[in-house]
Formats: sequence, C-alpha cells, structure tokens
Amino acid sequence: MTDWNRAAIPAASSAGIARKLLHDPAARVGLALVTLFVVMAVFGPSLAPQDPLEVTPDRLQPPSFRHPLGTDGLGRDLLSRLLTGARLSLGTALLASLLVTLIGVLLGTLAGFYGGFVDRLLMRTVDVVLAVPGLALALAVTGLFQPSLTAVMLGLVTIWWAGYARVVRGLVLAMRERPFVEAARASGASGGRIMLRHVLPNVVSPVVVLATLEMGQLILAVSGLTFLGLGAPPPTPEWGAMLNDGRIYFLSDPHVVFIPGLAISLAVLGFNLLGDGIRDALDPRLQVAIRTPRGLRRAASVRLGDSADRG
Amino acid sequence: MTRYAARRLISVVLALLGVTVLTFALGVLAPGDPAEVVLSRSLGQPPTDEQLAAMRHELGTDRPLPVQYLHWLAGAVRGDFGDSWVRGVRVQDAMVERIPRTVILALSAAGLSLLMGIPVGVVAATRRDSIVDHVSRAGALFGASLPSFFTAYLLIYLFAVKFRAVPVFGFGSAAHLVLPAVTLALGPAAVLARFTRSTVLEVLGEDYVRTAAAKGVRGSAVLFRHALRNALIPVVTIAGLSVGHLLGGSLIVERVFAWPGMGDLAVSAIQDRDYPLVQGFVLFAATVYLVVNLVVDLSYAYLDPRVRLEGRQG
Repeated sequence: MTDWNRAAIPAASSAGIARKLLHDPAARVGLALVTLFVVMAVFGPSLAPQDPLEVTPDRLQPPSFRHPLGTDGLGRDLLSRLLTGARLSLGTALLASLLVTLIGVLLGTLAGFYGGFVDRLLMRTVDVVLAVPGLALALAVTGLFQPSLTAVMLGLVTIWWAGYARVVRGLVLAMRERPFVEAARASGASGGRIMLRHVLPNVVSPVVVLATLEMGQLILAVSGLTFLGLGAPPPTPEWGAMLNDGRIYFLSDPHVVFIPGLAISLAVLGFNLLGDGIRDALDPRLQVAIRTPRGLRRAASVRLGDSADRG
Repeated sequence: MTRYAARRLISVVLALLGVTVLTFALGVLAPGDPAEVVLSRSLGQPPTDEQLAAMRHELGTDRPLPVQYLHWLAGAVRGDFGDSWVRGVRVQDAMVERIPRTVILALSAAGLSLLMGIPVGVVAATRRDSIVDHVSRAGALFGASLPSFFTAYLLIYLFAVKFRAVPVFGFGSAAHLVLPAVTLALGPAAVLARFTRSTVLEVLGEDYVRTAAAKGVRGSAVLFRHALRNALIPVVTIAGLSVGHLLGGSLIVERVFAWPGMGDLAVSAIQDRDYPLVQGFVLFAATVYLVVNLVVDLSYAYLDPRVRLEGRQG
C-alpha cells in the first residue's frame, strides 16, 4: 500500500543523486574537502607527529622539516595542534548539528502536523528566538556556563533549532495537502502512522541538505565563540582558540593566525560546496524551501529564484 | 496597507515582548547572586547572611519571578537595566556612549555591502558565464566561507602590514573605520551578490523584459528601467536581514579591531559575567533588528502590492 503512495513524489534514487553529485565539479571539491576533514577529525589525534601540548623553546618557528606548519608562541607544533583540534572543532559543530536537526524535525513536525494551539505556541517561540541576532543570543547563553566546548554547543543549540523547526513545519504543511497523505488518511491510517510512514520520509531529504549547508555555518559560529574565549580553556588546541592565542604574535609571525584560520575556512567551504551540490542533485524545487532558514523567510515565500542560479 | 502595517506592528511588539521574557530569563539563570555581587563590591569582604537577605530584599530578588519580571520590564522599556555588576555605572550609561560607534560601523558596513554586492550581482547576471560571473561567484562563495575574524587578519596583513595604508586598531579617525567596516561588509556583500544575480536572471527572463527588448528599447534602458526596478525589490529584504549579521558580527569585528562599540562592550560583559549589561545588549540588538525588518517589510509591501494582499487569505 505504501509503494504507490511513495511513488507519488519524485524521489530520485540514491545512485542517481550520487552520479549527479559527482558530475558537478564544485560538489566534487566539496566532497573531497569534507572527506579530508572527516578523516582529520577521526584519525587526527593519532596522526599528530608531536605532543600538541608540549611547550618547547622553539617559539614561533616558520614551517620547516621538523615542524611542517611551524610552531606557535609557546613553541608547540602547529600541525599537531591542528590535527588534534580537528576533532574538537568539527565534533562540536557536528554534535550541535545533530541535536538541532533532531529538535527541529520533532518540533516542526508536531507544529505542522497538529496545527492549532501547539503550532501557534511553537511558531511564536520560533519568532522570538529568531528575533535576536543569532550570535548575540548564542554568546549570552554560552556565557551562562563555565567556558567549555559543551557550553558553546549548548549556546548554539538553544538558538539554532528555531530555523530548522520553521523549515520543517513548512514542509510538513505542504505535505499534508498532498494526495498520497490524503489517500492514507482516507484508507484509515492513524495520525502517528501517517506522520512516520508518509510525512517524515519526505522531509528527510530537504533536512539533509539543510543540515549540510548549516554545518558550515555552525563551524563558523563555533569558532567565532571559541575565538571570543568562550570555548575550551587553554591549552586545548581548538581551532578558534588557536587563532585567538595567535593574535598577539600576528604582526611579527602571521602564520600562527593564518594556519588555523585557513583550516576553518576550508572546512566551511567544503560543507558549503557539498551542501549546494546535494541540493542541486536532489531536487531543484527543494531550493525554494531551504535557502538559509535563519533569515530569508520573506525571500523564500516570495519564490526565491535560485533555479536561475543553475546555469 | 494600513491593515498590513498594523498587523506587522503587532507581531513585532509580540516578538519583542517574547524577547524581554527571554532576556529576563538570561538574568535569572546567570551565575552569581546579584545581592552578593553588589555587596562584595561595596564592602570589599564577603557579606554576612543578614546583609545578603537585606540586600536581596532591597534589590527585589526575594520576590516571585513574575513580579520581578514586571518590575524589570517596567525599567527596561525606559532603557533602565539596572546597575552593571562590575563597572560601577548604570547599564544605560555604559551603553549610551557605545551605541553611536556601533551604529556608525554597522551603517558603513551596510552601505559598503550594498555598493559591493548589488553591482557585482547585476554584472554577473547580465554577463552570465563570463569571467566576471565566474570570478564573482567564486568570490561570493569564499566570502561566505571565511570567518570574519580570519578575513579581519587577512585585511590587516594586506593593508596595514604590507602596504601601511590604514591604521589597524582603535578608534578616532575615519581611517580607523576602513578595515572594520570592510571586514563586516564582506559576508553580507557575498550574500547580496549571490541573491541579486539570481533575481536579476529571473527578471531578465520575464515577458515584460522581452517585450521591452522586442519593441526596440535600448539594452541599458531595458536593464535599468524595466528589469532592475523589479529585480531589486526582493534585494531590499535581504539587505534588511543582513542587519542581524552586522549586529552579531560586530561582536567579533569590534573585538579584533579594538573598536570601542556595543559588540566590544558585550564581549567584555560576558567575560566578566556582567549579566545586566549582557541583557541590555541582547535587547538592544533584538530591538534594532526587529525595527529595521519592520521598516523593510513595510517598504516592501509598499513597493510590491502582492505582499500585503497575500496575508488576507491566511
């Protein structure tokens, strides 16, 4: 019974999506970068050639054979710190991303599916959260805790779920009117069953795109907060904190700032390219619903002409 | 139009009321007992239990939370957020000299982002698939991927260290404004360029543009008189939303460049756990953001009647 229902929406096969994705050079670059950083996050600490915390007299060395990326102001090996920090920086962003996706999908589905009072209450809350510039509120919430990466993650989750919830609610609302959901309802399926079997599967692919695109933004936000000193205390080799540590040496030895800065930028770029690629490969029509939930609400409702973007 | 304006105004007031609840909650959850903070500062030694109880009574923190909230709200609407826990001044006095500096920085950055983003987007759309198009799209992609604190240091390195063209840190002359404003503008400029390009491309494919071209209107007149006028309407919205980026971004950019504005103050306040000041900043940022977007929405509805009619159905 579900088969013909599912067929009602044009779900591209995963092989087809992968083929389209690999055909797009920008997405290939994105995939390569993301793979590289995932490998760094998983194996980084064991690949580090030296102890990332060991203070040595070789301060502020330029890149050399012994220190491929040079050393920082305390003589610590930058390559080792970068490799060890990958797990902290990217892991914090990834964990935040999983949590906001979970919360956003849950609340957005409830609001969109049940409507009424639940919907109004949730959407009013979303309005309030989105009314404060994101980083300002994240900073205030993070500051409630002792400086740590957990605090940064909690601060970001508190604000970030709202955009997801709004997007998911919109998708669920649109889905509710579709013939295959009406057919399921007419055939006597319960509310919970309709939600799980018919609505949620169709929300998954837009949410995947959204999560990939937002991963880049989350990495930026995490490193922004740790740069401001709200993350793990020293000597933790987290990337934003490394950049902050390097500030005082910047004018004489810019590499201590450029190396972690470049790592953050490339990671964000990778997720942005991959997210754009997945979005284009999945379904051009998804673009309308998705483009940057933390902002472009009116733009999205006024038919965002991003399809013209695909030359 | 009046009905639309009234509806939008009400929703902004409701959102702002919600933000005050949120902001008040931040103060309640903040680490530290305000009475203890105030007493330790004035006594110079740990207060006794009696002194603490008396101070809690004086500050009102022994009363039920809803009462405290209303009391706090009554102050907040007059711009009174109480005393800073650390600075020994009233929060509003600490903010008042900082706000104009952040406004100058944010306005300069907003102007720059429009000046950079819109022309680049228009040129990229009209010369589609040309070098300009590819370079600007790549630029927009990088612009959206670099953290502002990193672009800040790249700019410092280029313009202040290599070329010695502008001063780096501090505040005082117009030259001090250049690097922070450019840093702050780059992100929104990238978003604007990308968005302008796609709306212009879309409008260029519309029937009325083709009609204008077909009846022999010159290319530049088609672009400026027929296409851009319509393409740039949605861009207004994006520009308004970028104010949120600018206010959030000011936290980091002001820190890097030692620009003594609200963002710099807020970061110091967080580091000191000076929550009355943090509350002031959050409410300030939200108010500016909501008011700017209200103005943007209203001007949008004025420019495009479809928007104000759309809400009638729902």
